[in-house]
Amino acid sequence: MSDNLITITVDEQKIKALAGAFLLPVCLENDIYIPNLCFLKGMDDPPASCRLCMVEIAGEDEPVASCRCRISEGMEVKTNSDEILRLRQLAFRLLVSTNDGSCRTCIANHGCELQKIAKFLHQPLRTKRLRHIDRDYPKFINTHPFLIYEPKKCVLCGRCVHVCGQLEKGYKLDFAQRGMDSIVSLFGSDLDPASQDCETCLACTEVCPVGALSSKVKWQSFTAEIEAKAKK
Amino acid sequence: MKSPNSPKEHLMVQAERAQGRVKELKESPIPVIYVGCATCGLAAGALETIAGFETVLKENGIEARIEKVGCLGHCYAEPLVIIQNPGFPPLLYQKIGAGEAGILVRSFLKDGSDPCYEYLIGSLEADENFPTLMDYPRYLYENRVVMEHCGLIDPEDIDSFLAVGGYSSLAQGLEKGGAWVLDEVMAANLRGRGGAGFPAGRKWKIARGIEKSSKLVICNGDEGDPGAYMDRTLLESNPHQVLEGLALAALAVGAERALLYIRAEYPLAVKIMERAIVEAQEKNLLGADIMGSDFSLEVSVFQGSGAFVCGEETALIESLAGNRGMPQPRPPYPAVAGLNGLPTVINNVKTLSTVPSIIRNGHQWFRSIGTEESPGTAIFSVVGEVEYPGLVEVPMGVTLEHLVVDICGGIKDGKELKAVQIGGPSGGCLPASLMDTIIDFDSLKKVGAMMGSGGLVVMNEDTCMVEVARYFTDFTQGESCGKCTFCRIGTRHLREILKSITVGEGRMEELADLEELSQAIIKGSLCSLGKTAPNPVLTTLRFFRDEYVAHIEEKRCPAKMCRPLIAFYIDLEPCARGCDACVACCPTDAIFTTSNRKKAIDQEKCVKCGECVYVCPPEYDAVRRVSPPEMIPDQGVEPLTEKNESE
Ligand SMILES: Cc1cc2nc3c(=O)[nH]c(=O)nc-3n(C[C@H](O)[C@H](O)[C@H](O)COP(=O)(O)O)c2cc1C
Ligand code: SF4
Ligand code: SF4
Repeated sequence: MSDNLITITVDEQKIKALAGAFLLPVCLENDIYIPNLCFLKGMDDPPASCRLCMVEIAGEDEPVASCRCRISEGMEVKTNSDEILRLRQLAFRLLVSTNDGSCRTCIANHGCELQKIAKFLHQPLRTKRLRHIDRDYPKFINTHPFLIYEPKKCVLCGRCVHVCGQLEKGYKLDFAQRGMDSIVSLFGSDLDPASQDCETCLACTEVCPVGALSSKVKWQSFTAEIEAKAKK
Repeated sequence: MKSPNSPKEHLMVQAERAQGRVKELKESPIPVIYVGCATCGLAAGALETIAGFETVLKENGIEARIEKVGCLGHCYAEPLVIIQNPGFPPLLYQKIGAGEAGILVRSFLKDGSDPCYEYLIGSLEADENFPTLMDYPRYLYENRVVMEHCGLIDPEDIDSFLAVGGYSSLAQGLEKGGAWVLDEVMAANLRGRGGAGFPAGRKWKIARGIEKSSKLVICNGDEGDPGAYMDRTLLESNPHQVLEGLALAALAVGAERALLYIRAEYPLAVKIMERAIVEAQEKNLLGADIMGSDFSLEVSVFQGSGAFVCGEETALIESLAGNRGMPQPRPPYPAVAGLNGLPTVINNVKTLSTVPSIIRNGHQWFRSIGTEESPGTAIFSVVGEVEYPGLVEVPMGVTLEHLVVDICGGIKDGKELKAVQIGGPSGGCLPASLMDTIIDFDSLKKVGAMMGSGGLVVMNEDTCMVEVARYFTDFTQGESCGKCTFCRIGTRHLREILKSITVGEGRMEELADLEELSQAIIKGSLCSLGKTAPNPVLTTLRFFRDEYVAHIEEKRCPAKMCRPLIAFYIDLEPCARGCDACVACCPTDAIFTTSNRKKAIDQEKCVKCGECVYVCPPEYDAVRRVSPPEMIPDQGVEPLTEKNESE
């Protein structure tokens, strides 16, 4: 990587950026929105897992995940071709087809990335054509002393796993299970000394793009509020 | 310890000694009994066979040697035994259990008169008194390059490999240098046998070109495809050939460390491989300063967790590094930056096993086998409805028809071939009309299938293609690592739709959904698991669309396989009065006696297990299967009651 500024073209707009930077953040910084869930600024190895940020690049046979694609001089990018739009919409429909869709009572309501992307892609938050797939998990996983996890809301983006892995502390989040059963494992309990560090950290809850991972304290007061409202 | 001798001279000493030992065995004055003891042989009861031989030999006071060998690849005939009785050519026998072992000892070894033709397949050597293996199409058409010695040598004795020229390619490679080995493999155009068909030489060259102190080569023995076992067979039956290939790869790449990644479900392969490494090190064929040269290679075995996706090279590296086996985006390719960021060359067991023969015989020889773009041989594990299932090694470029019909004996029980599923769980299903397709990497891809790892399932007319698609999709969606959206959720939707079609709840518009989802999963998935998972769906939709339509529009399963769409009834005409063979087999007591003392099925109680079809004596063959269930004809069945009994 060098300090060279190079020029690329995104949807006919010329952009100058550092050679070798990842394409997605370059676009975002230049007010070209590309939907994304798993990317976090500053990642060395973006996981490229949500597949929402696919774009077309001249010379490539197949759509490319922009979060993982390093820019080079003269690169020509299309973020809004019909094919890309269809692919993205389908990725989004797939994500919401496994979601429990309880926006009104969700801690992330109005701040949720899925809601933002739905608006951008003109897609409903509930699938019509695709059937709903209920993930075989309880609504909450409550074993951790300071965190609460809602597996049916989790989009498996891995942001939480990533930020937790960056920290020095002993407790580590990771994925567990395979296929549709994949979840983030929160096996920490009151008895696990490593999970004590989490009380003051909560870094994972801050990056979760949806309402799947929350601080227990916040979650409890939010739930109390909702219940009070419901009573009125 | 460097020696003044050249690698070839070093090896010569070892080889001569080995040849002496092996000759002694070949010219043994007492009979030698070789028993196939790879996992497949053991599963068929090879240990009981050995015990049978031992007991009867002892009872009859006959002296003979029993040697364990690997697998010949003839699964239909296990346990396989080769008997080398002085005065006779070595003879191959099939299906030898403990009982047959006793008969062989008494009739052939004791009296020396009767070689038991009833169990004989043939002689391993040309002989006027016995059929030889070459008289069988299976042996005649096969071209065993990689499996040449499988089942004929003792995998736990390095001498038996040395005696057939083992490690001579490595000695040659050490004399001529890694660059020469690389050139030979490049010129041979050896393509990866692990599925993708990427040229091994190109991969090696990339890694060789990176100037770094440390590099790594890995043998991929994860083999997670259900039903595939060619890698296991090679690891278990000729471990030193794998090691020799691995060492040649390391030499060409400039690596000083090599790993064998073997799934933990293959304990015998792990044991044999570990032993082989020790044996090779003791003879200075691996380890420090190999054969007195300045090339050293440290080799070890890593037992994989057994997840299918861990066979994918980037997931395999993650798993080696102690992380969850999840594929990573490429680039960087492992050959550039793999385990711990070091250049890492990963090759399949079969790819590496091919390398010694290329070095020994030269790249021109290799290119004379197979096709221009896919030289060499392909190993398939052929399973399903064929006469002779098992491992088959054929030159690339033969047709599917040749493989299935000429070599594997065609379809069992006089049925019709309907389709072959080729390439493992993500392969494609090709109809009988495409049996003239040529087997090589590119031709198979063109018709929507793939070489994959070499799994080949042969299906007859009784197989429902929608159910086949559902079955494979069920497997891949369950094995998805869960990382990316299209693969994790998309394949699950495929499965849900397919499932609903097989139970008669599908809708026509969902056929378009299947296609749209499939295309998106192929385009949008991160690794090849997702990128190939829709193949069974797309190929069955393309070649067997009418079956999908029949399920949806008529609630009919043309192959009469999908249970909710079929029914069984008993044809009163052939049903034998008084026979009650089927009554006892029915788990739900659904079969009752009719007023004319024949049998009928109570559809309310029937769970459609089909047991009665199998127990109905062939001379009556009265149980019928229909789809949709309403097709049951009205035969005016009345149960037998006291009233009509007296009539
Ligand atoms: C889901 C998946 C599973 C795989 N499993 C295996 C395997 O079991 N063995 C193997 O050699 N290659 C497997 N591969 C292919 C490897 O990623 C890699 O291409 C191969 O090991 C390279 O060796 P080759 O060039 O000699 O074929 C798999 C790929 C995928 C996508
Ligand atoms: S809990 Fe939140 S941050 Fe973690 S994987 Fe799920 S959606 Fe992503
Ligand atoms: S395609 Fe499937 S197996 Fe491969 S990375 Fe994505 S989720 Fe994992």
